[in-house]
Amino acid sequence: MDLTPIWLTLRLASITTILLLLICLPLARWLSKGRSFFKIIIEAIITMPLVLPPSVLGFYLLLAFSPQHGLGKWLYETFDLQFVFSFQGLVLASVIYSMPFMMGPIKSALQQLPSSLAQASYTLGKSERQTFLRVLLPNIKPSLFTAMVLTFAHTLGEFGVVLMIGGNIPGITRVASIAVYDSVENMDYSAANTYSLILFFITFVLVIGVFIFNKTQVKSPLE
Amino acid sequence: MISINIEKKLKAYSGQQWLKVNREFADGSITKIHGPSGAGKTTLLKIIAGLITPEKGIIKIDDITWLDISTKISLSPQKRMVGFVFQNYALFPNMTVREHLEYATKDEEWIDRLLTIGKLETLTTHKPEHLSGGQQQRLAILRALAIKPKLLLMDEPFSALDHEMKRVLIDELEVLFAELGLTVLIVTHNPQELDGLCDGELEIDTER
Repeated sequence: MDLTPIWLTLRLASITTILLLLICLPLARWLSKGRSFFKIIIEAIITMPLVLPPSVLGFYLLLAFSPQHGLGKWLYETFDLQFVFSFQGLVLASVIYSMPFMMGPIKSALQQLPSSLAQASYTLGKSERQTFLRVLLPNIKPSLFTAMVLTFAHTLGEFGVVLMIGGNIPGITRVASIAVYDSVENMDYSAANTYSLILFFITFVLVIGVFIFNKTQVKSPLE
Repeated sequence: MISINIEKKLKAYSGQQWLKVNREFADGSITKIHGPSGAGKTTLLKIIAGLITPEKGIIKIDDITWLDISTKISLSPQKRMVGFVFQNYALFPNMTVREHLEYATKDEEWIDRLLTIGKLETLTTHKPEHLSGGQQQRLAILRALAIKPKLLLMDEPFSALDHEMKRVLIDELEVLFAELGLTVLIVTHNPQELDGLCDGELEIDTER
């Protein structure tokens, strides 16, 4: 039994979650402050993967990063970077595909904090950055945890996008969801069952973890 | 001397109305601000603190211009360093009583003194959710004082305190205001409660 697809999936989900956390924290803060037409457009683009068939997103990523033309060719010739049929391609696709799962809970939690919290911090002479790190972020911890677990779990289950841009290369792009599909194609139901059970178990533990964490959180005085 | 001459458009159910204030406040003066609900009392405090920008106006503190819309000068709230007591207290749920004050100042002696004045010295490790309404209100006042501001803006600061606590705290604050040479603007719904403390008043009304 080859466990490489499981390790590859866990590595992909971990890297995607960390990258999305770094991208979404400042972006969610910016989006949560006021509304403009430009912000609405950005939010719509971030939300698109929720409603778009994964194969459509994968198809366009495949076209955009193909080393034969356009952006993909430029990246390949200038930086020797190839996103198609490579692990970094999977990471890029996962970051785009899972972004709404990280962005949603963080942005919503920041919007629900009273604006007077940040204002009080500003009047104490604290910068936007200090206010974000010391006041806002610690007060949205449950939502932050939920966003991270949702992103991790969602990346574990990706199939369409990953297959389109990464293909099925053992040890490089053959993640667990693709290994299940591949095993069924090869009539190896025992391997498919093992991969599926492992994915089911990991996802179940994560979701249970979120429920327990949110249940044990002391009720916020802001509610 | 604080010189304020501002105009701010306010939204109301009955259409738009204007908040217009043209007034000077002497250094060390304590002024109560009152007027009908929705007249813009809180908005005025936020404009002075730099949290809201008016349509027109100038704010000067001792010849330093904090705001001049015509020349596009507007110092940030961080540079104005005004002590601000919010109506909803705006306490940080993640911080204990002491951490609130340590967030504002590094001066441990000053923190200890503030805790004594606010009678919170036995509650230093408590978070706001474990404080009563009156204790939360006192913490909000102490946090604003922690930065030793020259100007203190208080939005309904005594509304959650019982009569006895209010009297004791006002007496303590009067001494502290004089010691720090503070200029204080206090918004209140009940102007009589501040009769002994304030030496001036500003009644706000809006214009259509």
